Formats: sequence, structure tokens, C-alpha cells
Amino acid sequence: MNFAPFINGSYGVTVVFLLGIGVLTFARYRRAAARLRAVDRR
Amino acid sequence: MNEEILVNGRIGKTGSWFHHYANPGRFLRLARPALPWLAAFSIGLTVTGLVWGYFFAPADWEQGDAARIMYVHVPAAWVAMAGYAALAVCSFFSIIWRHPLADLAAEEIGPVGAGFTAVCLVSGSLWGKPMWGAYWVWDARLTSVLVLFFLYLGHIALIRAFDNPAHGHRAAAILALVGAINLPIIVFSVQWWNTLHQGNTISITGGSKIYVTMLYPLLIASVGFYMCFITLVTARVCAAIMERRTRGLLLAAAERAP
Repeated sequence: MNFAPFINGSYGVTVVFLLGIGVLTFARYRRAAARLRAVDRR
Repeated sequence: MNEEILVNGRIGKTGSWFHHYANPGRFLRLARPALPWLAAFSIGLTVTGLVWGYFFAPADWEQGDAARIMYVHVPAAWVAMAGYAALAVCSFFSIIWRHPLADLAAEEIGPVGAGFTAVCLVSGSLWGKPMWGAYWVWDARLTSVLVLFFLYLGHIALIRAFDNPAHGHRAAAILALVGAINLPIIVFSVQWWNTLHQGNTISITGGSKIYVTMLYPLLIASVGFYMCFITLVTARVCAAIMERRTRGLLLAAAERAP
């Protein structure tokens, strides 16, 4: 049996999840910091 | 007790350090400088563990290359359970001491933990097909992890289901504490019932049934996943504190406006 699709699928799902949640979290963090800085300056 | 700490400006009594650091502003001041370091360690360890497992670790004598799925499946499963334990601890502190930081942490742990549980379920399913001939079986271990996933989803939904956020946090905290009973069920399911899922391979008390050439990448990937979880939750809690502070400042400005 060719295991490659199952192995690649598992690693693919994991990498996509980690990258996705990492990018979304980073974007939210930067947005929150920028908004707070802007409101603080007013 | 907390008043004394604030007046003296130092940590002096048993347990007071906990209340000291549970202050959201103080947490933000401590966590923000640590975030780049946490992120660097998370990425470094996770990449090392996954690359080692995928390319360099030896194939299993029985399962062949399919055993490489272990390097993503097992760390994701451990983090999913540890995440829920953290959620239960935060819920306990939220109910007993009403710490706002515990509420924020519980709210941010939910989605991250659910994501790791989903990775565990999907990778386990992809491992099951070539090994058992089926993507899914209603085995005690698989079913209890699926219940864990639903508990995470229930917590995410419940914490946002009320107009008054305090009610949502309280209801979700009770759900998290009741759901914690599922954790020992997951751990011991392979001993209590006859399961298709294999028994515990790694033991803290010794007697691990895995050779070091496979154990090292597994441990590195696991520490990397734990670090990823901690980094993501810390960053999300920091963002939530800043969002809350921004809302407070805007509200105060609106009230001051003529």
C-alpha cells in the first residue's frame, strides 16, 4: 500500500493549521496593538 | 490580602504571587516582551521535530513509513488534552476568585485547543485507514477524543452565547470543569476497554516501548507543539487585553464628549 498520501495529508493538515492560526493570531495581535496605540495618542 | 500587596508593592504572602500576576495589565507588561522569544522557540522546535520525523526518523518495522504520522498525531493529542486541562484550571480560578485574566485565558484557549484536537482527529483518521482499513471506528479512545472536541466547541459557543459576558464566562467555566472528567477517560480508555487504538507507548515512570531514534523527534515535536500552544494563547490573551483596553478608552472618551 502506498502510504504517501496519508503521511502527506497528516503533515499537510498540521502545517496548514499551524500556519493559519499563527498568521491569524499575529494579525489580530498587531491590529489590537495598533488600535490601542492610536486611541492612546488621541 | 490583596490590598496589603498593592500598598507594599511586593509579594509577601502564600499564594499572593498568583493574584499579583493575574492582573491583566501586569500580565501584558510581562508577556509582550516574551512573545518574540516564545514564537522563535515554538517555530524552531516544531520545524525541527517535524522535519526530523518526516525525513530522517527510521520507518517502523511493522507499520513502515505510516508510523511517521505519529510525529504530528501524538503531539497534537497531548496538546489537545493539556489545553483542556489548562481550560479547566482557568475555569476553576474564574469561579473561585473571579480573576478577569482567567476568563480571558479560558476564552482564548478554546479555539486553539479545538484546532489541535481537530488535527489529532484528522491525522489519526489518516493513520487509521492504512493500518485498520477504516478512517473511523467507534473505539473508546477515538470516541472520547471526539467528545473532547465537542466539549471545546460547546465551550466556544457557550462563552459567547450571553449578552452579559460574565454569564457566558460562568456557564462556560462550569461546562469546562464538568468536562474535565473526560481527560482521565481519554488517558485510561486503552486500559479500561478493548480498543483497536494501541496502548500507551510512552510512560513517564519508565518502560517506554519506543526506540530513541523515534523518541527524540517525537519529544522535540511535542515540546514544539506545547510551545506553539503557549505562544498562541499568550498572544491571543494579550490581544484581548489590548482590545478591551481600547474599548474602555473609547467609551471613556465618548462619555466625556459634550
